[in-house]
Order: sequence, then structure tokens, then C-alpha cells
Amino acid sequence: MFETSMTLSDLMFLAKGAGMTIAVTFFAVTGGTVMGLLFGVIRAQISPWAALPLTFVLDVFRSVPLLIQLVLANAFQAIAGLNLPPFATSCIILALYTSAYCTEIVRGAIDAVPMVTRRAARSLGLSWGQDMTYVVFPMALRVALPSWIGLTLGVLKDSALVLWLGLIELLRSGQILVTRLQEPMFILLVVGLIYFLLSFPIARFGSQLEKRWREND
Amino acid sequence: MIEIKDVYKSFGTLEVLKGINLTVEKGEVVSVIGGSGSGKSTLLTCINGLEPINSGSILVDGVEVHAKTTDLNKLRRKIGIVFQQFNAFPHLTVLENVTLAPRKVLGMSKPEAEAIAEKQLAHVGLGDKLAVYPGRLSGGQQQRMAIARALAMSPEYVLFDEVTSALDPQLVGEVLDTLKLLADDGMTMICVTHEMTFARDVSDRVAFFHKGIMAEIAPSKEFFNAPQHPETQKFLSNIRS
Ligand SMILES: Nc1ncnc2c1ncn2[C@@H]1O[C@H](COP(=O)(O)OP(=O)(O)O)[C@@H](O)[C@H]1O
Ligand SMILES: [Mg+2]
Repeated sequence: MFETSMTLSDLMFLAKGAGMTIAVTFFAVTGGTVMGLLFGVIRAQISPWAALPLTFVLDVFRSVPLLIQLVLANAFQAIAGLNLPPFATSCIILALYTSAYCTEIVRGAIDAVPMVTRRAARSLGLSWGQDMTYVVFPMALRVALPSWIGLTLGVLKDSALVLWLGLIELLRSGQILVTRLQEPMFILLVVGLIYFLLSFPIARFGSQLEKRWREND
Repeated sequence: MIEIKDVYKSFGTLEVLKGINLTVEKGEVVSVIGGSGSGKSTLLTCINGLEPINSGSILVDGVEVHAKTTDLNKLRRKIGIVFQQFNAFPHLTVLENVTLAPRKVLGMSKPEAEAIAEKQLAHVGLGDKLAVYPGRLSGGQQQRMAIARALAMSPEYVLFDEVTSALDPQLVGEVLDTLKLLADDGMTMICVTHEMTFARDVSDRVAFFHKGIMAEIAPSKEFFNAPQHPETQKFLSNIRS
């Protein structure tokens, strides 16, 4: 039979790491989504020329590997004397990284709302803000949701890179246990399982919502 | 009263309206016919300020639509418009489609808005579809819903842009009947249309657009019995043959 020297307290240690993964992911996705909404609306509403500076900055966040962004940001904040804890630096960089992708999702979803539908809304006397709130966002949400769920699951996994700033999140906790217990296969299996358990409800939530919306079509 | 005075409008280098003059009196029904690309739809979207104009002016009850100081959201309450393409809000039920603007723009309470919406929807024959989502409606039903949605704002003018041309032939009649009822009620209407029988029987005057110019406008009997402009004659004979 299968034997392991992993104890309950080791499992608790992994759970604590998972807690850190959840916290970093939560702040990154929340902050990234708020910024992505803002930037996405700007990108969809103003001319591509006027949005160029924003587009450029977001492209940088999308194309430079996240690991490099984290390490450089951490170094710069130290030089600048900000004295940010690694947790804050990690959340900020991950949120910006998330916002860069979220912006594209939001812009695409807003562009997918037919012009004539928006004109119909404005013709009824709805202001730009009312059109956005009651027509564009609800319609765009249905388009954006699958990509947004995908982004969130991606960030959950990419958040492992914050271990480079010394944060003990789920993957790092696993590494520490591997070094101590010398059971890499089993521990990685458990860590992988925990990642799955974190992801599964998010994916389910997304497909449930999609199903409910589809029933109306 | 809608007063269109010497209106020019371009999209980039393409001049779409070349000096349009038209006055529509309260209670009048004016049909606009003409070839595709002649600027008919553009004129309607200029009237409610969805499109800017290059020169000239459009006045609705004396208010200049394109003046910087004009509150367009307010002005649009009294100008309904129904488009050729289906434009239901797909995430809202039929009833919610119709109550949205009365509630958010006019600030009506939910029961108040629903009472009006139910009346308008019953009027266009959709009284049994209140809780249905637009995706489940036929094209003709969607257009009738769009008409009810515009009417729920109690507009003083309604602009119709070829509301039947995206419909299967057997659904055209039900929508035209709705328009006819509205005209009989005394609504002021500008109808861009390809339905010549409708234009002749329902409208007071008919205008013919050709390449951005209003080539001819006349009382409907006159227009169809004795068209003056050669382009009108050509257009009408092409349709009749
Ligand atoms: N938003 C737009 N941008 C550029 N060109 C347009 C736009 N809307 C209409 N046009 C052009 O203006 C001309 C007149 O269009 P339109 O008013 O829709 O004609 P009609 O309704 O008489 O068929 C067409 O050549 C059309 O391609
Ligand atoms: Mg047209």
C-alpha cells in the first residue's frame, strides 16, 4: 500500500499557502477587473489615436514576462524607498498584468454590442451613462464572461510567480515540503489537486451563469 | 413642427445630404422614398441628433437640434425612432424593453411604467408576450415591440426607417397595420419606406430622394399620379414593372 510521512500539520501548511494564493489572486483579479473596466471603456469609446499611450503601456504589461515585471518592480520600489511589503508589490503588479488582459476583453465585448442597439437606446433619451449601465454592460457581460473566467484561472496559476519575492504561496509551500519530506511526486499531486479545487468552483460558476443566460435566447 | 433648412451632411469626403429643405407640420405623415444610398436614413439620424450635420439647421418645435446648448437627451424624449435593423435589448424581457426608458429617462415608478408599456404592447398585439425575451420573437413581433417601445415615451414625432424591409413578406402587413393605426391617431410621422401602397394611402405628402437631394415632394395622390421629376418617374416605373 501507499505510504507517506506527510502529516496533518504539513497539510495545514499547504492550506496556508493556498490561502496566500487565494489572497493574491483575489486582489489581483479585483483590482485588475476594476482597472480593466475603466481602461476597456476608454479604449472602446475614444479614438485609437487618443488611446495610444494607454494601449502602449498595457501592451508592455502583456508582453513582458510576469516574472521580470515582479522582480524589477520589487527592485524599483526598494530603490525609490517606498518600502512596500512583497505582498503589496505582488498584488499591484499582478493587478496591472490582469488589467492589461481585462482591458482587451472589455473593449472587445463593448465593441460586440451592435451600433443600432446603442442608437436605439440613445434615441429613447437614455444618456451615455444610462446606455452603458442598462444596455451596454449587461450585453457585454455575456460576451466577456467566458474570457474573464479564463483570465481569472490563468492569474490563479500565474500567481505562483510571487514566490520569487519571498511569498509563501501554494507552490512554494509545496516546494518546501518536497525538500523536507523528499516525496516530490505525492506532494506535487496534492498541490495540483488543491489548485484544481480552487479553480473548479470558478469554472462551474461561469458555466452556470452562461447556461442561465442561454435559456433566454 | 420639424423644420429642416438647407442641411448638408458628409461622411468624410462622401457628401450624403446636399441641401435638404423640408418642413413637417404637427399631425402630418410624410413618406420618404428613394434609391438605396440616397441619404434617407442619414436624414432621420440627423433629425434626432444621432449624427452631426455640416451646415444648415434642423429645428424641432423651434429648438435647434445641433446647437451646442441643446439637451439632446431631453429633446429625444419627444422624437421616437424605429430602425430597419432589429434592435431589441436582448437581455431584457419584452415588458422591460418597453419600461426601461420611461423609468430611467422619465423617472416613472415601475407600476406606472408597466401600465403604459402593457397598454402600448397590447396596442401592437403583443399583450401576451410581456415576459418573453426578444430572441423568441419573430421579426415582425420585434419591430412591433420596437414601435411600442418608442411610443411608451409618448413622443410627439416618430421617425420610421424602412421598418418592414428586414421582414419576411408575410410579416410586413402586421407592421404596416400598426403604422396605419398610429397615423389614424394623428401622430406626426416621417416614414422612410419601400411600400408604395402604404406611402400613397397613409401619407399626406411623399418625398423622393435622389443622391442626397430631395428631388420632389408633393401630396401623395399628386406624387403618384403625376410625378414631375424624371428621376421620380424612372424610380416609380421601375417599381411598378
Ligand atoms: N456612419 C457612416 N459612415 C460612413 N458612411 C455612411 C455612414 N452611414 C451612411 N453612410 C453612407 O452614406 C450614404 C447614404 O446612406 P443612407 O443614409 O443609409 O442611405 P439610404 O438610407 O437612403 O439607403 C451611403 O453611401 C452610405 O454608405
Ligand atoms: Mg436606409
